[in-house]
Amino acid sequence: MSECMEVTATTLLEPKMPRSWRRASKPHKFCPGCGHGDVLKALGTAIDDLGIQDRVVFGCDIGCSLLAWDFFECDTVQAHHGRTTPVITGIKRARPDRICIAYMGDGGGYAIGAQHLVNAATRNERITVILANNTNYAMTGGQMAPTTLPGQKTETCPYGRDIEAMGNPTLGPEMVAAITKENAYVARGTMANMRQLTTMLKKALQNQIDGRGFSFVEALASCPTNWRMNAKSTWDFVEKEMPNYFKVGELKVPAPKEG
Amino acid sequence: MTDQTINQQKPVQGEKRMFMTGNEVIAYAALAAGAEMMCGYPITPQNEIMHYWTRLAPKYERRFLQTEDELSAGFSTLGGVLAGRRAFTATAGPGNVLMQEPLSMAEMMRIPIVLIVQQRGGPSTATVIYSQQEVTLTCYGGNGEGARIVYSPSNHQELYDYTLKAFNTAWTYRFPTFILGDGYQAKMRESLTIYDPAVRGVQMVPTEPIIGGPGAPGTEREAVHLRNTFNTEEELYEIITAMMGEYDRIAPSIVEHEAIQTDDAEILILSHGVVSRATAAAVRELREAGIKVGSFRPITLRPFPVEALRNALKPVKKMLIVESAQGQLAKLCKEAIYGETTPIEYIFKPGVGVTAEEVVAKVKAMA
Amino acid sequence: MANEVKIALAGEGGQGVQSVAEIITEAANEEGKEALYIPNFGVEQRGGVSIAFVQIAEKQKIGSPKFEKADIVIALSDRAVLRSRQYVDERTVFVYDKSIQGVEDDLPKNAKQVLAIPAIEVAKNELHPRVFNIVIMGAVLHATRVVSEEQAKQALENKLGYKFEQNPELREMNHKALARGMELVAGLAQG
Ligand SMILES: Cc1ncc(C[n+]2csc(CCOP(=O)(O)OP(=O)(O)O)c2C)c(N)n1
Ligand code: SF4
Repeated sequence: MSECMEVTATTLLEPKMPRSWRRASKPHKFCPGCGHGDVLKALGTAIDDLGIQDRVVFGCDIGCSLLAWDFFECDTVQAHHGRTTPVITGIKRARPDRICIAYMGDGGGYAIGAQHLVNAATRNERITVILANNTNYAMTGGQMAPTTLPGQKTETCPYGRDIEAMGNPTLGPEMVAAITKENAYVARGTMANMRQLTTMLKKALQNQIDGRGFSFVEALASCPTNWRMNAKSTWDFVEKEMPNYFKVGELKVPAPKEG
Repeated sequence: MTDQTINQQKPVQGEKRMFMTGNEVIAYAALAAGAEMMCGYPITPQNEIMHYWTRLAPKYERRFLQTEDELSAGFSTLGGVLAGRRAFTATAGPGNVLMQEPLSMAEMMRIPIVLIVQQRGGPSTATVIYSQQEVTLTCYGGNGEGARIVYSPSNHQELYDYTLKAFNTAWTYRFPTFILGDGYQAKMRESLTIYDPAVRGVQMVPTEPIIGGPGAPGTEREAVHLRNTFNTEEELYEIITAMMGEYDRIAPSIVEHEAIQTDDAEILILSHGVVSRATAAAVRELREAGIKVGSFRPITLRPFPVEALRNALKPVKKMLIVESAQGQLAKLCKEAIYGETTPIEYIFKPGVGVTAEEVVAKVKAMA
Repeated sequence: MANEVKIALAGEGGQGVQSVAEIITEAANEEGKEALYIPNFGVEQRGGVSIAFVQIAEKQKIGSPKFEKADIVIALSDRAVLRSRQYVDERTVFVYDKSIQGVEDDLPKNAKQVLAIPAIEVAKNELHPRVFNIVIMGAVLHATRVVSEEQAKQALENKLGYKFEQNPELREMNHKALARGMELVAGLAQG
């Protein structure tokens, strides 16, 4: 069995389940080997470590992220495709004491919701946006996404993504880093490095807790179902191919708080 | 760009019996109609229209653009139409909601766009499966008066025929034109005959650039100045009055309906789209049981076949309106038959299908 | 075949009920009959019970794409039994796989006939697990007679011909699976 499958399998074991996960909704509804489960595991651990479960308001988009509508033992709202960022922005502005998280896919964040991401980042909204990048529109059956790699075949680019016609894959964190103030936190993590991803998510949430600024984490995530790959090639794609284009690391880290 | 060799032949030649899904039917119909461009955004249950189009279109030098959302898909399609292309888009549910903004511009500026809608459950994201809950939205969405044409087909043959027709209607009358299908029609397989319109004597209405056409503006021709904004109330009033006057004048040549055994019907069943398959089957069974029942189906929901329905109503003692929505067809019907006092009963099943059995049971209870 | 025949096939994703429905309806269409097939679908890409709704008629156009009660229901897993028994009434033949454990109490009580067939076992022990759905197809064909065996074979050829060319044994195995499926139901109907 590959490493990828093991991660998912252990995710389902009781002792390893983050406290903030809702037990009644496990095992979760994602496909076997799906990256969403891992990203939400890292998020669950980050919420546990920061002790904020009772203050979290979690918003999920329409995309496979919608399957997380009852994932956490936290108040959760499912928004419309692409609209989670403004819904969460509204909640945060109305209740600044809540820790407000918007969770979405690359289609939700970089295509239909791109204007919301750009404007929330520009306004330095004190929210945390987490985006799972799986290089396709998974929920609708594997169409081209803003993040589809050059030459990659999908249902709507059956002959491979042609960057002459469709441009380069979106570099989300790079874009957000360029338009945010210095007290924003921006990073790209990957399900292939869960410890690092958890740390990034903790920093992103801490930045909101400190009331400093916008925080954004993209996570490289697998979609074996629509990639039509077995466990090994799925893992290779996440670990080797994706980071060639999507560089993993922190892009913007606020200076330490004074005093 | 691709490894696709260009096929010089027509995509659909002669006539051919096929067994396929409704989404496939639409892709083939659009190709056969000579549609040159599709812009779209994925949404279930219309995705396969794009999937088939992206596989076939490059072989016949047709264009495709996947946009960042439905607003962009709708407006890009408008751009294509303005530039003189037979262009279309397809959507469903929440995507249809977003499409209302470009469609509103199309109404005001008389842009002959064709939009395929495969209705799914609503409101909001609801289900990706099926409903008839986009009737009001499709007929009257936008901040206007519903200056649009809406066909509601009920089987794959009609899906093909009316998709061809939609392009001609749009380009003849210059009102945005819709094919209102649904998730069942999108995903089910059944037989139909696809054909090259030419072999059936169907001429495709030629398209022409509305903007950016040949000739130098100012010298060789007048420059085109299109707008959707007006200064005074009176100006707008005049434009809308003229537009709706024209709409009413052309409506009789557009309206279509299907009436089954209405001549002596004492009970009239009203339905549209895929639901009328169930009502047609119910009429067959009920007639065998000796019940005088007929079925009326508007094929155009907008404009609505008002006269035909009023005529069909003459022998009728009771009406039954059946739809997979909470009264959206009923509203259109009641407006059409204003003043009539025929008692009406309903089967409203928002978001789920209707079977012949249910209709039979209801009519037997009414008879 | 007087009126239309209604068939509901229910199984787990991967058991191939949708491809059985597709092959049968394509075969019926080739025979000049009216056929309609619609799968169930939802938001989840995987998981859940997969159901195929099939209707075949001699000439008459099919009515609504889904139906309330089927002439024959085939259930291939425990969850499929639970999901599909709603399509059963006193005219329905309910067929399920013998190997499904612990469903005795969940089987429909109102069916015309309830048949347990060892399709999974036959496919695994006599043929190959891969042709399990073709065994099921044979069972459906015998129970409903919606298309002839020849036409079914032709439809298989259309669908899998390119694979058969590479590996003629595969063709033979599929044909055997079809025949075994038919026998499984024939045996029960007599007994
Ligand atoms: C307005 C609107 N348009 C389209 C859709 C259909 N839709 C649902 S999910 C989705 C894309 C999902 O892709 P992504 O956001 O990348 O998330 P993933 O499923 O890959 O996790 C789309 C286009 C919708 N629900 N609403
Ligand atoms: S389709 Fe892809 S993204 Fe969606 S749950 Fe399955 S593996 Fe995950």
